[in-house]
Amino acid sequence: MIDALAAMLVNADFWSAVLRIATPLIFGTLGVLLCERAGVLNLGIEGIMVAGAFTGWLAVHAGASLWVGVLVAAGTGAVFGLLHGILTVPLALSQHVSGLGITLFASSVASYAYRVSFPNVTTPPTIEPFGEMHALGIPVLDAQTPLTLIAIALVPLIAWILNRTPLGLAVRMVGENPAAAEGQGLDVVAVRVGAIVAGSALMGVGGAFLTLAAFNSFYFQMVNGRGWICVALVVFASWRPGKALLGAMLFAFFDAMQLRLQQADAGAVPYQAWLMLPYVLSIVALIAVARRASYPQALMKPYRKGER
Amino acid sequence: MRLEARGALSPALAIAAPVAAIACTLVVAALFVAWAGAPVGRTYALIFEGGFGSRFAWSETLTRATPLMLTGLAATIAFRAHLYNIGAEGQLYAGALAAVAVGGLHGGAALDLPAPVLFAAMIAAATIAGAILMALPAFAKTRFGVDEVVTTLLLNFIVLLFVSMMLDGPMKDPTAMGWPQSVALDEAVELPKLVERTRVHAGLLVAIALCVLAWAAMRLTTFGFEVRAVGANARAARFAGVPVTRTLMLVAIASGAVAGLAGAIEVAGRTGYVTLDMSPGYGYTGIVIAMLAGLNPLGVIAAAVFVAGVLVGADSMSRAVAVPTYIADVIVAFALLAMLVAAAAVRYRVRWR
Repeated sequence: MIDALAAMLVNADFWSAVLRIATPLIFGTLGVLLCERAGVLNLGIEGIMVAGAFTGWLAVHAGASLWVGVLVAAGTGAVFGLLHGILTVPLALSQHVSGLGITLFASSVASYAYRVSFPNVTTPPTIEPFGEMHALGIPVLDAQTPLTLIAIALVPLIAWILNRTPLGLAVRMVGENPAAAEGQGLDVVAVRVGAIVAGSALMGVGGAFLTLAAFNSFYFQMVNGRGWICVALVVFASWRPGKALLGAMLFAFFDAMQLRLQQADAGAVPYQAWLMLPYVLSIVALIAVARRASYPQALMKPYRKGER
Repeated sequence: MRLEARGALSPALAIAAPVAAIACTLVVAALFVAWAGAPVGRTYALIFEGGFGSRFAWSETLTRATPLMLTGLAATIAFRAHLYNIGAEGQLYAGALAAVAVGGLHGGAALDLPAPVLFAAMIAAATIAGAILMALPAFAKTRFGVDEVVTTLLLNFIVLLFVSMMLDGPMKDPTAMGWPQSVALDEAVELPKLVERTRVHAGLLVAIALCVLAWAAMRLTTFGFEVRAVGANARAARFAGVPVTRTLMLVAIASGAVAGLAGAIEVAGRTGYVTLDMSPGYGYTGIVIAMLAGLNPLGVIAAAVFVAGVLVGADSMSRAVAVPTYIADVIVAFALLAMLVAAAAVRYRVRWR
């Protein structure tokens, strides 16, 4: 067992798998992070990832290029994000319930649209997905698709925007103290909705990674809780982009490891136990960091102008 | 723009807003139907007929409504106290598994107990399984401050994998020819049918009775008052001397127990064994039902019948016209969003300045 583990850790294929599993989580976690730093919980992520996975793939299947597919997925995410933003910010509805509603709506629309577009297919139609960047010549990274590089590059970019630009300051202010932000002349509604739209676009791209890079087709269950994992990872990351990357990599590490161990133990432990491991670890991690968690002060608190 | 609380609640608006929400939902769903290229009027007529148009349609709708009432009630109880139990799906499966573990034919024979005792033990096992599954996240919330939404969601995946493991292992039905299916429940503890040659079973009465009971408890007991106080403003409730942590734990246990019971009743009333597809998302649909009902336990009964009718009607509709059954999910999900807006419109007015 120890030998197998050691062999796994020096294997480039293993680390390639870790990065591949982490990519949609990085997109999704950054998306959730943007929404929550602006003070809005976005439980729509699970459905937005499904919708992004579907529309991006559908666009490519209809003849668009892969990059147009990515843009379509981002646009889909942005549209559902706008809906969530309108419901939760100016209308100040429950962020929990609205988010769950968005998840149910987005995933049922995707399922419906898939069946309308392909009424009688038994095997899902496929596309030619993003290829690996062999020209790069860097081990592990050259087995990735360009989307993974974008995901990693987004981490410092978003950290820089949040911590070093007036825009980021505005996002953080509306998430910490919207009344004070209003006092400084900021339009709380616009900043919050904008952050949700941007975050949701990232979630859409995270979903599209599954259909345009990891696989080459769309399946109903393909997102399979990844969105909820992202919500947990943001808490684990204390709402910091760098730690979000770390969290996504850590999660992906355990997920890749359980896949290898599942093959290595040849059925001695039921495969379901291995599959449970990442979810169990997420809960354990949440409990472990809960005491130190520094929530954005206005998270989940609707802001109604003029109300104390 | 800003929201301004309305001074007095207008009864006319309280009726008009939900009606407008339903109308809006039907219009949006009509666009989806038209996109699929089907005649809108005929599709709606078929859904209505399939859900409510005949004795058989009603029997199927009420059968489907039974678990939905219970998961809807589970969500209602928890959401009333602002405890977001999104784990009813997992609790339902845990309840179903526990029910078969106690009342099933293991190795060809049931536990050697009189039928009423076995039945009580089965129900107890299911409610306890569901209750534990919700008590854990509630404990993590009250003790460590872990958000219960994420933990209950993640537990759903863990429970489903656990059920799958049991159906491959100790609780596998050896006669199912490799199909992932649990051993069968002892016939002595199955719920009786309410109507001959239909699938409507006594579980429906249990579900309705529990909704009425929960309504009375919320309205008439001190505990119900404390639950509503915690939900309205936990800080104020604590100042007023309400034991907030204890109330939340009790709410969690009640909510989880009801969801677990839904699993036992599905097994004892409808399926007779556990499969991995026995619930097409009843736990999640329960949340929609709770919101459609305005978190009122009596409203849950009506909302569950409505949603069940749409689901059953869509199934039979899609056999006649080329509209995917997913239209039912689109209708239900959009109705939730529209109803949320309607509820806000009753309480607030928008000032544009």
